[in-house]
Amino acid sequence: MPFSESLDVRITDSSLRDGSHPKRHAFTTDEVARVVTALDGAGVPVIEVSHGDGLSGSSFAYGRSAVDERKLIATAVEHARQAKIAALMLPGVAVKDDIAAAADLGVRIIRIATHCTEADVSVQHFGLARELGLETVGFLMMAHSVSPVRLAAQARIMADAGCQCVYVVDSAGAMILEDAGDRVAALVDELGADAQVGFHGHQNLSLAVANSLHAIRAGAVQVDGSTRGFGAGAGNAPVEALVAVLTRLGYRTGIDPMRIMDAAEDVVRPVMPEECVVDRLSLTMGYAGVYSSFLKHAFTQGERFGVSPVEILIRAGERKLVGGQEDQLIDIARELERDASTSH
Amino acid sequence: MSAERRKSAAIVGSGNIGTDLLVKLRRSALIEPRFMIGIDPASEGLAEARRLGLETSSRGIDALLGSDDRPDLIFEATSASVHRRNAPRYRELGIKAIDLTPAAVGPYVVPPINLEDLHDEPNVNLVTCGGQATTPIVHAVSRVASVEYAEIVASIASVSAGPGTRANIDEFTRTTSHALEVLGGARRGKAIIVLNPADPPMIMRNTVFCSLPPDADRGAVATSIHERVKEVQEYVPGYRLLAEPQFAADRVEVLLEIEGAGDFLPRYAGNLDIITAAAVRVGERLALGAGR
Repeated sequence: MPFSESLDVRITDSSLRDGSHPKRHAFTTDEVARVVTALDGAGVPVIEVSHGDGLSGSSFAYGRSAVDERKLIATAVEHARQAKIAALMLPGVAVKDDIAAAADLGVRIIRIATHCTEADVSVQHFGLARELGLETVGFLMMAHSVSPVRLAAQARIMADAGCQCVYVVDSAGAMILEDAGDRVAALVDELGADAQVGFHGHQNLSLAVANSLHAIRAGAVQVDGSTRGFGAGAGNAPVEALVAVLTRLGYRTGIDPMRIMDAAEDVVRPVMPEECVVDRLSLTMGYAGVYSSFLKHAFTQGERFGVSPVEILIRAGERKLVGGQEDQLIDIARELERDASTSH
Repeated sequence: MSAERRKSAAIVGSGNIGTDLLVKLRRSALIEPRFMIGIDPASEGLAEARRLGLETSSRGIDALLGSDDRPDLIFEATSASVHRRNAPRYRELGIKAIDLTPAAVGPYVVPPINLEDLHDEPNVNLVTCGGQATTPIVHAVSRVASVEYAEIVASIASVSAGPGTRANIDEFTRTTSHALEVLGGARRGKAIIVLNPADPPMIMRNTVFCSLPPDADRGAVATSIHERVKEVQEYVPGYRLLAEPQFAADRVEVLLEIEGAGDFLPRYAGNLDIITAAAVRVGERLALGAGR
């Protein structure tokens, strides 16, 4: 087990990574220092920090970082007393050198993400991460879009490459209870003692905590959340709610329920540009199975071309876009604008 | 030019790329594909080559290089490590190499940008599919405006990304980024690749972002891009703009779709088609150069 025997479930807080989307990649070192100090003090065992689209995600396509993420990571490492700092990377966006640079900064856990059918692009990155002595997590994104059996086969590829925990990632917040449980169970069945299984939920259908609980009951031992739900789409499973539920049920998370509630209210909320809520747009994403990080981009392109962001998201779903194809929202918005002008 | 004066060529590598190249080279007036070398006796590519009357071998390049009847040109469609091993042997024998792997032993070549400068090179490298698709646009912008930073996002159908691309996805991002600088003329380049498993498979798409200074002549940028698209269409007819170049406050965005010719590979595989089509174009230019 890569984590302590004193925990039943290990929670990773993704506020400073998934929250980078609603923050439009504009975290400051001061904000990172305050959030890490509060989460670390509440007992959060893992804190993820990087651009929303992972290491080297700063770009025209995904949004440029206001502050170099390496400075943010270094700040997080400096302020974490007990928590391990994790970073996300997407093969195709970042390269192995980015993993090595993160390790040099003091990152202890690397989380390597691929679309849920493309796990084999991550093999070389898991290899390097293990050589560097990093703990490894694999992220199978948009996991609602394939069957449990197919997902388990992809998890096997990651585990064989050196991944120590494969996550079922509900990037679109589209899973409903058994969808999460069945996928986790299939991975547990496939991986056995070779790797742990994790779950990353989104709130788009208002089910992130419930789905996480289903995942845990199906055998997941790591789950993600974001304090105050600070993440893409309608946000992630709120860590303070996960901790309250899991503590009531007798699971040990190592996180103090009262202190994490304080952190959510007093430290994280003031850093958020707005609350992450289930509204027409984020609910559309859960309903239509659209990658949660597209939310702010749909706003931006909708405004730019004078078209409806809801329609942009629906077309993104119809085109079966995957994470990383944010650039295609430009084409969709332009197409909607053209359709509107020709129908006059 | 008469058939007997065509330059002879060998295709090394009998996978999708090598076989698509074979179909295209058979139409060339300047190059005659005579040999195909693979490592898998059961490969579909070698069977196709035999059917078309080429000499084939599934035991590597030794016999080909050892015989008196050697080709003038070799198209390498294996892997970077294999090409690095083979390249010195080709050079020793005076065989010109057109390298479709990411090995980059020789200089990068993208036909509308620098083919004319390279026709005497013994070994040229075709960059990557994304590089062939996007550096022409970055170059078209940088020749009329200063481009501090260029970024491309290449989306390709999962089924068109072979095991080599998947195992070495970093080589794609690194090589393409580098080519955006070296050939595209951007001060700094960044390349992103996304695989999409949608069924039916999506046609290759590329988005090219070039930063622009506030005083850039947008009309000149747009005109330069349109001219460049026409040049690429001469050898890749399915290369097209999805929309007029889109100008934002600090940049221009160019949305491209690349539909393949459907020779050996299906039409959605524009990513493979653009690199084989470019290789033929380069080979023909080298064939002319060698004949002078």
